[in-house]
Amino acid sequence: MSGPPRLSVRNIRKSFGTHEVLKGISLEARDGDVISLLGASGSGKSTFLRCINLLEIATEGEIFVDGEEIRMVKKGGHNQPASQKQVDHIRSELGMVFQSFNLWSHMTILQNVIEGPVHVLKRPRAECIAEAEALLEKVGIVDKRHAYPAHLSGGQQQRAAIARALAMKPKAMLFDEPTSALDPELVGEVLRVMRALAEEGMTMLVVTHEMSFARNVSNRVVFMREGVVDSAGAPQDMFGSGASPAFRQFIGHFGQA
Amino acid sequence: MDIAFLSQTMATLIKAVPTTLLLFSLSVFFGGLLALLIVWMRVSGNPLLSGFARGYIFVFRGSPLLIQMFLVFYGLGQFGVIRYSFLWPFLREPMVCAVLSLALCTAGYSAEIFRAGLRAVPTREIEAARAIGMSGFLLVRRILAPVAFRHALPAYSTEIVLMMKSTALASLVTVWEVTGVAQRLISQTYRTMEVFLCAALIYLVLNFLILQALALLEYALSKHRRAPSAAAGPLPR
Ligand SMILES: Nc1ncnc2c1ncn2[C@@H]1O[C@H](COP(=O)(O)OP(=O)(O)OP(=O)(O)O)[C@@H](O)[C@H]1O
Ligand SMILES: [Mg+2]
Repeated sequence: MSGPPRLSVRNIRKSFGTHEVLKGISLEARDGDVISLLGASGSGKSTFLRCINLLEIATEGEIFVDGEEIRMVKKGGHNQPASQKQVDHIRSELGMVFQSFNLWSHMTILQNVIEGPVHVLKRPRAECIAEAEALLEKVGIVDKRHAYPAHLSGGQQQRAAIARALAMKPKAMLFDEPTSALDPELVGEVLRVMRALAEEGMTMLVVTHEMSFARNVSNRVVFMREGVVDSAGAPQDMFGSGASPAFRQFIGHFGQA
Repeated sequence: MDIAFLSQTMATLIKAVPTTLLLFSLSVFFGGLLALLIVWMRVSGNPLLSGFARGYIFVFRGSPLLIQMFLVFYGLGQFGVIRYSFLWPFLREPMVCAVLSLALCTAGYSAEIFRAGLRAVPTREIEAARAIGMSGFLLVRRILAPVAFRHALPAYSTEIVLMMKSTALASLVTVWEVTGVAQRLISQTYRTMEVFLCAALIYLVLNFLILQALALLEYALSKHRRAPSAAAGPLPR
């Protein structure tokens, strides 16, 4: 594969006060990589994801998106992004999907999807609407485009949130437990959409507790434990004989060991 | 009942309604703008600005509007800087003084109402906006302000109705709005009951219209909270 990695994170550290949550994490995602991030609750998975699109500011470390380094400056001993403009730009290139959907409740589904392209990317509205409808069609909720988020099921809301992220034509997508807030019978519809994205070659970083997704859809599994990468590798190795004892114990809880 | 006197009184009072409406709309407008500034200071995170905003809100909510108005009307001229400044020809006008003090006062209340609205914007929705690359004024314009305004509207409606009633105080600094004209009529006719009843009726009608307009606005802005069928249906009334 040529060109810079879509996403490159080097030696990220993050502390909340005296509590160090991330203790030096590095990760690289090349074009089309689908990486599953696994780990027990509190191991720092969300914090790591949020550091990548700067919803949290890493205490140390370097982040490159498509070869562009996010510039940091030290201010009063703390790391700060050097330019809000660059932060906004980087965020517009990374699609984020949250556990709790986080749709804008005062906007219809269609308005949610065109909001970014129209107001952040400043693209022509008519074009954005056509694209948004195609995206909603793709995730299977085009008939709900004029409904408000509160009138949709969790699975539909999450699919709308994925469409909203896709509408920005992101270089990579970050998913933070996209199915954890869903009733079990709604998990499948969201995973199907994510699987289709993976097959289309979208670069994805997915925090998940869905072992079937990690095993069957992703091409790399990263297991985090207490703020470090405990082990990482291809799913067949990780779920096969090559697993670390800690990972073996972790997946044991899911009845998959 | 003296129908002739009542209708004559009503006719005289109605002539003062434009003045009342002018007082009301100017002070709601400027008070609203000032409130936005105060709210911005209050939530800026800068201790100096936010301290000033807190002080402002405390002073204007904590003291009687009538006294604020007297201080503006009789007090400003005592300051040489103001008396000899180019602003004096304006600040000498009773109308300007009344609007100024009404606006200053409502800004204190409105700032707190807007701040409560702002606090009701879900953090998650703000985060989603940041995550697609919104910040600064764009974030305020597209997400914070619309959501905060919807939340603030019921309390703000009350403040607006209070403002309409507060315009009556302007009569005490010689602005000839409805209450002022009513008092002048009373001093000529000594028929307190009838004249004040007519005046009260005018305020009731004005506030009724204002409340209807605000209720319509609130209805239009809360589509997302209604059941899907009702959202498409006609206005229930
Ligand atoms: N804003 C914050 N302030 C202080 N501590 C925080 C903050 N956010 C996260 N933490 C702490 O950091 C640690 C890691 O949290 P994080 O949410 O990243 O874990 P996680 O792996 O995503 O867990 P889960 O599976 O429960 O979502 C936890 O101990 C948490 O309490
Ligand atoms: Mg988490």
